[in-house]
Parts: sequence; C-alpha cells; structure tokens
Amino acid sequence: MISDDLYREIILEHYAHPRCKGKLEAPTFRQDGVNPTCGDAVTVELDVKDNRVVRAAFEGVGCSISLASASMLTSLIEGKTLDEVRELAATFKKRMLNRNDAEPCPEQLGELEALDGVRQYPVRVKCALLAWNTLLGALEEAL
Amino acid sequence: MSVKVELSRRSDFPLLENQPELVYLDSAATSLKPRSVLEAERSYYEECCANIHRGLYRMSEEATRRYEEARHSVARLIGASDPDCCIWTSGTTDAINLVAYTWGEQNILPGDPIVLTGLEHHSNLVPWQNLATRQQARLRWIEPRPDGTLELDNLDELLEGARLVAFTWVSNVFGSISPVQEICRRARAAGATVLLDAAQGVPHLPCAVEEMGCDFMAFSGHKMLGPTGTGMLWSRRELLEAMPPFRFGGDMIREVWRDRCTFNELPFKFEAGTPNIAGVLGMGAAADYLLDVGMANVRAHELDLLTYARECLGSLEGFELLGPPLDQHSGALSFVYRGIHPHDLATLLDRENICIRAGHHCCQPLMRRIGMSGTARASLSLYNIRADIDRLAVALEKASQVFKGVLF
Repeated sequence: MISDDLYREIILEHYAHPRCKGKLEAPTFRQDGVNPTCGDAVTVELDVKDNRVVRAAFEGVGCSISLASASMLTSLIEGKTLDEVRELAATFKKRMLNRNDAEPCPEQLGELEALDGVRQYPVRVKCALLAWNTLLGALEEAL
Repeated sequence: MSVKVELSRRSDFPLLENQPELVYLDSAATSLKPRSVLEAERSYYEECCANIHRGLYRMSEEATRRYEEARHSVARLIGASDPDCCIWTSGTTDAINLVAYTWGEQNILPGDPIVLTGLEHHSNLVPWQNLATRQQARLRWIEPRPDGTLELDNLDELLEGARLVAFTWVSNVFGSISPVQEICRRARAAGATVLLDAAQGVPHLPCAVEEMGCDFMAFSGHKMLGPTGTGMLWSRRELLEAMPPFRFGGDMIREVWRDRCTFNELPFKFEAGTPNIAGVLGMGAAADYLLDVGMANVRAHELDLLTYARECLGSLEGFELLGPPLDQHSGALSFVYRGIHPHDLATLLDRENICIRAGHHCCQPLMRRIGMSGTARASLSLYNIRADIDRLAVALEKASQVFKGVLF
C-alpha cells in the first residue's frame, strides 16, 4: 500500500475494512442515495433513541472515496445527538466545497481530515459527499 | 496504415500538438477536432458571416453554398445518394427526438410494440420510453450477452406486430458491432420501421446507409471529428415527406398567412430557424477529412490498435476486457482491472495525463443487466497510436500499486 494526497492510508484502511457496514434490524431512519453521474449508490440506516444516534450502518457500491467516507460517517455519528450530527455534516460539506488550502481543517472533523485531499479533485467531491447527503436526507424525516 | 501516416495525422490535431503528453482515450464521448474543422468554423465567421437562404448579396450566397456543400460532404460520407434526405440536427439525441415526435406520434398507436436493445444509450431509449408513455405503446427488448453481442434467437418473436425497431450500430460501452443488415432485414420483413443509432458507427466504420436496410439513421458531428452541437438525421424521401415538421418557424415555411402556412420542401421542412451554420461547416469539413483518410483505412488502423490493445492490456494481471470477439469490435474497450473501482482508476490515470471514461456511460439499464455499477472505458480514434496503449498499460500497473494490500 502506497499512499498519497488523495488516497491517504486512513481512507484505504476504511475502504478495505469498512466500519458499520451492513443492515440494522429495524432502523428508525433509512435512506437511499445515488450519484446519478456515476451510478454509485449508498444506503444509510440509523437507530435513534431520545434524539441520539444509537447505531448507524451503511451499505453500498462505490469508489474508495465514497465508501471510505460512508464508513467514517457511520462510525463518527454513533452516540451523537441529531443536532450534533447535522452540525458535523454541515461542517464537513462546507469543508469539502472549500478549496482554500490556507484554512486549516476544523478540529471537529477529526479523522475526516483524511478526506481533505479530495477537495483538489472537484469531480470526486460528490463521491465524498454521497453518504453525507444521504444522511441529511434521512434526518429530514426526523424533523 | 503505417506508423508514419499515423504520426502525420496526429499533427492535424492542434490539441495533441498543444498537449504532447496527453493520451486521449475518450473519443467515444467526443472526438478531437482536426485543424480543417476549426478552420471551416473560423473562416465562416471571418470571411462570410451572413445568414443562409435569405440574403440577396454575394456573401449570403457564399454562406448558403458552403452550408449546402457541407450537406453533400456528409451525404457522401454515409453513402446517401440524395442530400435532400439528410437533415441537419444538433446531434444524435435531437435527430432521434425528431423522429419520435413526428413519425412516432403519427405511427405508434396504443398497444404497439417498440423493440429496443438492452445496449442502448439513454439517447436511444428515453425518447422511446417517453413516446410509449404518450401513446400507451409497449417496449420490448433484444437482450445483450455479457460481451455486448445481441441475442437474436428470439428476434422473430420480439418482432411480431412491432411498429418500430430502434437499435445501436455500435455499443458505446462494449464497442460491439451489431449485425445491422440482419436485424434490419428481419425487422422490415416483419413490417417494422427501423431506426439506427449510428453515433458510434459513422466515426469508425465504412457506411453505405442505403444498403444497410434502415429507414432512419441518426448520428452526431462531434464524435466524428466535427464540432459539438451538430448532427444529422438521414431517412428515405417518402418517409420524410409524409412526416409533419418537428419545429416551426422561419426557413421551414414556404408561405405564411395570419392563420395558416405551407411548409418548405426537404430538407428545409425540418430545419426551422437560423441553424448552427459554423458548426455545420465544421461537420462538413470533418466528413471531408474522413473521406480523405478513407473509412476503410480508419477501420484498418483501429483494428490494428484494438488487436494490440487486447494483447497488451490482456496480459496485465487482473485485467478483464468486457467486449466482443475482435471481428465484431470497434472503438471502445470497456474493462475492469484488479477490482479497482472505475472512478479510482480514472483519477489515477488522469494523474498520468491519460483520459478515460468511467461509470455507466449513459447506459444505466445495461449496467444493471450486467450487474455492475460501471466500467472503465478506453476508446480510440484515428489519431491514437500504439504508444498510447503502452502508456495506458504502464499507468494501470502504477495505479494498482495504490490498492496493493487493500484489494489484493
């Protein structure tokens, strides 16, 4: 495994060994997302209790960037309140759409910082955001 | 074609001169343009920028002459004896929509079967899907095999009662060449009208449209070395004369009163409004360029490249070609490589200055049928050379290093 600005080790690690991959038995929320330009598809499932994500899972087909991002997403949001999840998603989306290298990555994003390199590949930003847009779709139902 | 000739042809393409390091393997999406095409567009704007079919001054006459000469050039390229049966459109999609909205509205009745193949690009599927909804018609499918060839054993059954058969000459995904004459013959024997999507055929194969047996043929300028926003519909005179106009306005009329009008003759009946004149002149120049090279030479050169590519890439560990036998192969090489997602491959190859296409190639139903979300596709044209294939092979092996220990 060699690693570079885009294919960072953490990304390849999540891609090779995705966390939270699979289905939940009776998810509170379930949302399908597709990237129409490439055909990649992801399903995000959430168990929510008292406004807090107890468990998250994803399934899907896609490139290393979209699946690693989905894996990071599901592992990061477990235990967070829905408001915290929305805030994290908003911060991550804003970061992905910001190509200014001078600004440091917000600390709140934790290991999502590994996806920073994707910003230099505009067509791949959609890959990194697929799971997150799907998550936000699921949370719209929660409003 | 010898290597010497190939190299001299490469110098006809300014983009390759400007970017000598670039390996362009996405000609099935759009082709590069030779200098003569760019010159035809430029000289229209700089030398005779007048509207056509209107002006009574010499510059307008010159623009009209060039415009109609371009029609003759493309007619020659496709083997059409009557240029009046060659309608300018903005592309293949536009040409197919023209047929769907005119001939289709007149001839497809509730319950009528429309036969398509599972290989179709969205442009030769969605217009028919939409027509079927409007007219309560039904779609039937000629199924593709996993190598992109068509299953014709049950064709006669599918053709029973069919009003229209619309199919692609060459698959934009697999590069598989359809048995055009056989399908046309059997379809017309069954009483069906046939539309051929020739977008991937005309740029690569010799074409004798009147001998192929189809009733309509649609193709694009921008895939055959011409400008974007250009294309053509060819049909038989009796069909075109019986069809109502598609778009209404200037140039397509003969006489207009406040409450009615009469329509112009062919081909102008289908060419409302000021057309893409510069684009048409460019498409004419592209046809002249291809006629000058000779389509048999284009095919021979591409067969040589395909043979080499199948050998060279086929010897890479984990490379799998998705495509037909060589004699039925043209233009596009779809492949999977070591389980690496096509998008990851496209990004890694781009770093090596190699342009390929990755994804569903505007063929989502086909991808579902073959059980894939997408493929990587390298597609060829007459300006490609063996060295391009060598570069691709090296770059694939380099790309695989990123995923070593991850996927294999």
